Amino acid sequence: MLVDTKRKRAVLDEPLIFERGSVGRVGYSFPEEDIPARAITADVPAALCRDTLEEFPEVSESEVVRHFTRLSQWNYSAATTLYPLGSCTMKYNPIINEVVARFPGFAQLHPLLPDDCVQGALALLAELEHRLAEVSGMDAISLQPAAGAQGELTGMKLIRAYHHEHGYARKKVLIPGSAHGTNPASAALCGYTVVEVPTGSRGMLDAATVAKHVDADVAALMVTNPNTLGLFEHEIVQITEILHAHGALVYMDGANLNALMGVAKPGHMGADVIQFNLHKTFSTPHGGGGPGAGPVGVKTILEPYLPVPRLVRNGKHYAWSEAFPRSIGRVRSFYGNFGILVRAYAYILAMGSDGLMQATRMAVLNANYLRKRLEQTYDLAHDEPCMHECVFSDHSFAQSGVKTLDIAKRLLDYGFYAPTIYFPLVVSGALMIEPTETESKETLDEFADALLTIAKEIQDNPSALKDAPLTTPVSRLDETRAARHPVLRWKKV
Amino acid sequence: MRYIPHTEHDIAAMLAVLGVSSVDDLFTHLPSDLRSQAAINLPTGLSESQIRNRLTSLAQANRVAPEVVSFLGAGAYPHYIPAVVDQIIQRAEFATAYTPYQPEVSQGTLQAIFEFQSLVATLFGLDVANASMYDGASATAEAVLMAKRILPQRTIILVARSLHPQYRHVIHTYLSGVLEVQIVEVPWGEDGRLDMTALERQLGPNVACVAIGYPNVFGIIEDVATISAVARHAGALVVTATTEAVALGLLKSPGELGADIAVAEGQSFGIPISYGGPGVGLFACRERFLRNMPGRLVGETVDHDGRRGFVLTLATREQHIRRERATSNICTNQGLVALAATVFLCLMGKQGLRTLAERNVTKSHYARDLLLQGRVGYQQFSAPFFNEFAVKVNNARAVWQRLKERNLIAGVVLEDWYPELRDCLLLCVTETHTRSEIERLAEE
Repeated sequence: MLVDTKRKRAVLDEPLIFERGSVGRVGYSFPEEDIPARAITADVPAALCRDTLEEFPEVSESEVVRHFTRLSQWNYSAATTLYPLGSCTMKYNPIINEVVARFPGFAQLHPLLPDDCVQGALALLAELEHRLAEVSGMDAISLQPAAGAQGELTGMKLIRAYHHEHGYARKKVLIPGSAHGTNPASAALCGYTVVEVPTGSRGMLDAATVAKHVDADVAALMVTNPNTLGLFEHEIVQITEILHAHGALVYMDGANLNALMGVAKPGHMGADVIQFNLHKTFSTPHGGGGPGAGPVGVKTILEPYLPVPRLVRNGKHYAWSEAFPRSIGRVRSFYGNFGILVRAYAYILAMGSDGLMQATRMAVLNANYLRKRLEQTYDLAHDEPCMHECVFSDHSFAQSGVKTLDIAKRLLDYGFYAPTIYFPLVVSGALMIEPTETESKETLDEFADALLTIAKEIQDNPSALKDAPLTTPVSRLDETRAARHPVLRWKKV
Repeated sequence: MRYIPHTEHDIAAMLAVLGVSSVDDLFTHLPSDLRSQAAINLPTGLSESQIRNRLTSLAQANRVAPEVVSFLGAGAYPHYIPAVVDQIIQRAEFATAYTPYQPEVSQGTLQAIFEFQSLVATLFGLDVANASMYDGASATAEAVLMAKRILPQRTIILVARSLHPQYRHVIHTYLSGVLEVQIVEVPWGEDGRLDMTALERQLGPNVACVAIGYPNVFGIIEDVATISAVARHAGALVVTATTEAVALGLLKSPGELGADIAVAEGQSFGIPISYGGPGVGLFACRERFLRNMPGRLVGETVDHDGRRGFVLTLATREQHIRRERATSNICTNQGLVALAATVFLCLMGKQGLRTLAERNVTKSHYARDLLLQGRVGYQQFSAPFFNEFAVKVNNARAVWQRLKERNLIAGVVLEDWYPELRDCLLLCVTETHTRSEIERLAEE
């Protein structure tokens, strides 16, 4: 078995950094000043200055190192174990990307330096734009958005700008019930009313149903393909044609692009705009919640509205230009999460066309293999060919009193991070599993074995699930209490 | 391919279990038209050494220190980054984890965010901070949107013209066409601070909030206390936006001066400039506005056995629960960058951050004195500044160009951002600038 539960390990119970240290301890020493001494009160009057930072820690450098090293050891991560969160694409994060992003020529580069001082950076961005366009079949790219959700916001603003310029006062956006929450949230942030389109009984949108919902007040459809059930939207081309026939546009959520590389291009499916999640398909690390990057790709129809500044080329030279009067403007400071863009670029160089296409093939193979190993025991949400992720419901164990949550917690005891649970909302007690292509067959077998063992435990030993996790640094946490009596910061007692 | 483990043998074994003869069979259900056009036309993959070489030559085509000496700030600030910061964020357990949906195996991330929230709340002098936003500019826009949620009947947003132009631009983009709002600019006065007469003239029962830079784009320290007093009188909220976070180590906090929502760009806290991103948006507000706050929140709780632990909480504000009625659409934020800032602030500690801020003041004012003494230029604005200042120089653009040819970047030519500020350079001096660099600037 993968996990040895006989040997116990002491949990190093590291307190908050504020509970460590001692008055007067320092973690950093300043060099001697090289300018003549001066009192700052002449420059910045005392009346403008604060009292001391009372609730800041006073710790030594080694205390800081030990503190955060211990904290890190409490985490599961993609580097530790399989982290099969659906639609998150927790693939291997290449270390060479970390090295090159830290080159001083990138890390120390100030964004306001004149263009002729930053031609290396601009060339990199231009090459990245080209590669993203080629993978997706879109015509133009903006690398500015800082994350997928900001990419979605940008995309919806592009659509809004298009309709506004053409004099259409369209107010509605169609979104399937299976969509990621950021889709309706982004549409609402643009002032749209969200209309939910029901998914068909096979788990996919069907053109006839979409057609019923489309009218002259619909600005766009937001669609994910493959969708959050891991299923390729089989009528996607017909659906996008219907939207276009009514003068509406199509936003494609590119979170699941890992299933499409070399297989089908969003630009050929009728997408007018798509966001890329570089921290998913393109291997940049998830960081415990970012930073990511959410570039958008558009068809020519939306190109005039792309955020400024835009990268332009004058012969052999690159430059930033704001000369795009129909642009929606800026969505963030400077040019984007440049450090993340460097990592994605290095990844695309490493993979090349052959590697990217193989990534999709093996991602889909892995998901199907897991599905096959599990589908006799767990209830598949839909008996359709899946792509890079598969979704199970709680039907096979609903009668036992065990919940999806319990299975997720028990998986932690087997040394795995749990898949996404309770999403998509259209599936009862959903378990959404995305292994990615960087997992080996052995790991998949261990994971499947663990889930099969847990299925037996549901019958033979349900309390093991109810009490799980048993081997993690903390047991189940009281989330109700956290919400009812929020304690959101440390306070000196 | 080194990132993909499957051998022919692995693939054959897996296909046998699936009962199909080739990987292609897994895609036959897709429309054949799409499949036939999908080939990716890019070069084949490179080895690690080739990648290193390519990126090295791209990096070397950029001009950084020591080749170039730069006095640029204006939203991105050079500060020394202690070695410990980068080591901690390279720990794979932090870097390759994701959103802590399973808190029992994410206590490292969750506790670190809780510590981050605590430090940020203290810095801002406000009750609660979130787990981060993308950057200072989008955080400012989200703060304005939040003010509108709190005061939905009010339709005017007052924005200081001296708030960083990129921040103002992002506010416009976020608000445009969304709400029935009017964004009105408030000018600066002669001394560089907000024109209080103009502000009072604009304030009224229809103003939702006043957004100012603190310090503003010229490095000037605004009189937040007075601004807050008059805003409060009109029932409007005050939003402060700090581009240079180190200033918060010295200046009175926005909270104690009456701000309701405070945001900042946290890049100065141990994060490399990296051509403008990734940075981190710091965001805090008063307790009574908590339910309107965007972004993730980590809260303290206990487990079954009474151990202290941390979880994501108050998620009913967020997109995965509330969907179109969420306070924001934000999902992935800037987790690892927030961790870097946390480590940095812990190393600096109570005394260190103050010392760092003071050194930025002394260095920048030393530079100002040298420039004045050398009769190179004179200080454009008379109000106190932190580590950036506008200096009036004859033929500023030509001077800037001449210095650039000598690999000295004399800050920003302000006329590019404010046509009314002719012959003005915006210079930033931090603790990283040496005396000889400053003297060289004054000489040239």
